[in-house]
Amino acid sequence: MTRRAIRLWFLVHKWSSLVCTAFLLMLCITGLPLIFHDEINLLTEEQPQLGMSSVGSSGTTKGLLPLDEIMQRALTKRPGEVPVFMAFDNDQPSMTVTTAPRPDSPAAQMTIQSFDRSTGQQIGMVAESDGGVMHFLLQLHTDMFLGLPGMLFLAVIGILFTAALVSGVVLYAPFMRKLDFGTVRVSRSTRLKWLDYHNLLGIVALAWMLVVGLTGVINALSTPIEDIWQANELADMTSEYAEREALPPARYGSLDRAMAQARAVLPDNNPQFIAFPGGSFSSDHHYAVFFQGDTPLTERLLTPALIDAETGAFTDARPMPWYYQALSLSRPLHFGDYGGLLLKLLWAALTLFTILVLGSGLYLWLVKGESSSQAHLRKIEQLAVPAE
Amino acid sequence: MIRHSKRSLPLRAIFAWPMAIFLLGIVGLVSALTGDGWRDGLSWLALGAPVAALAWAMRTRRY
Repeated sequence: MTRRAIRLWFLVHKWSSLVCTAFLLMLCITGLPLIFHDEINLLTEEQPQLGMSSVGSSGTTKGLLPLDEIMQRALTKRPGEVPVFMAFDNDQPSMTVTTAPRPDSPAAQMTIQSFDRSTGQQIGMVAESDGGVMHFLLQLHTDMFLGLPGMLFLAVIGILFTAALVSGVVLYAPFMRKLDFGTVRVSRSTRLKWLDYHNLLGIVALAWMLVVGLTGVINALSTPIEDIWQANELADMTSEYAEREALPPARYGSLDRAMAQARAVLPDNNPQFIAFPGGSFSSDHHYAVFFQGDTPLTERLLTPALIDAETGAFTDARPMPWYYQALSLSRPLHFGDYGGLLLKLLWAALTLFTILVLGSGLYLWLVKGESSSQAHLRKIEQLAVPAE
Repeated sequence: MIRHSKRSLPLRAIFAWPMAIFLLGIVGLVSALTGDGWRDGLSWLALGAPVAALAWAMRTRRY
């Protein structure tokens, strides 16, 4: 590598890091408890007694109540509201019904009720707008309370993080040219010690940081991704409805009839959720029943079956396009919630590695000791040049 | 004493371990996504590599 190239990569590394470090530290610190949000919920919230054990509400087991009845109960608790989502569980009979003042109300106005589908009991109700510490951390982590602009801003931060990682790998070579892998020089100066830890931690956690960073970018783009699907593939699937007026909630037909129709088309799969007309996951006229794939890998890849909400007639079913599937796979890869508690602990350890990389990087920039970064740069250049 | 290599190391030597740990990391990230059971186990082992590498470096490569 030439002197000039090293200097350029160093500038890319320095500036891409400096711009995103404060935000990445916030993301790491808020992300750390979010990794364990299931465990924290389990400890801090009362667990409801469910009527049937290990029967999924997504199934067709005898004894599960009709979906229309659950919806009736949910709407009775929220008079005047309309249904937005109904979501199912594969492992227990609990399910949720989301309602809002209008079909296209923003998320902040939605209310989520949980029901036991085997008994019909309401087992919980939360408004999207209230929600305790974990909800606060999630909002801060997702959009910093700024909505879509906040999400898009964090997507840019994620792209800068990727640039910092790539430039960091390029600079790793000249820095390590005379050192064995893993060398940490602790006895010479504090600065040198943290330089070595910065390089070591950064290079060993690289795959994880890159994947969590890039999947974070994709997650931050979820709103435009959903909008593109709705404007293209979904509009295409429901093109014969395009000219019709939106179906008013009073004319919504039976959910059980729609679910039976959808199951007839995709018989081996479990439904994950139903999106109601007028929301961001359906047309103005359809129940969109989103089915999971039937293997562990494809379970996250969804196929919506569109059922005319008034007549119960089947309209179309197509797998989600590749860019939406990328979003579906980006969720577990970002959250680390797909491989048991041990994977979550490793996720936490690697988050700590990242915090140390960020902290040591900031330190190396702030502390201009005897070996300032300029001097370091000269040193690497001297090391690098004879090798050319 | 610091075990400096006298000569500059070739790129292949510099990136041998980092590359192995990177590939293990990708295997670990993907394997748990494809199913449960041994795939989770493989994922834990593979993603444990960065932690193991740090522990090893701190025990044997601190000068």
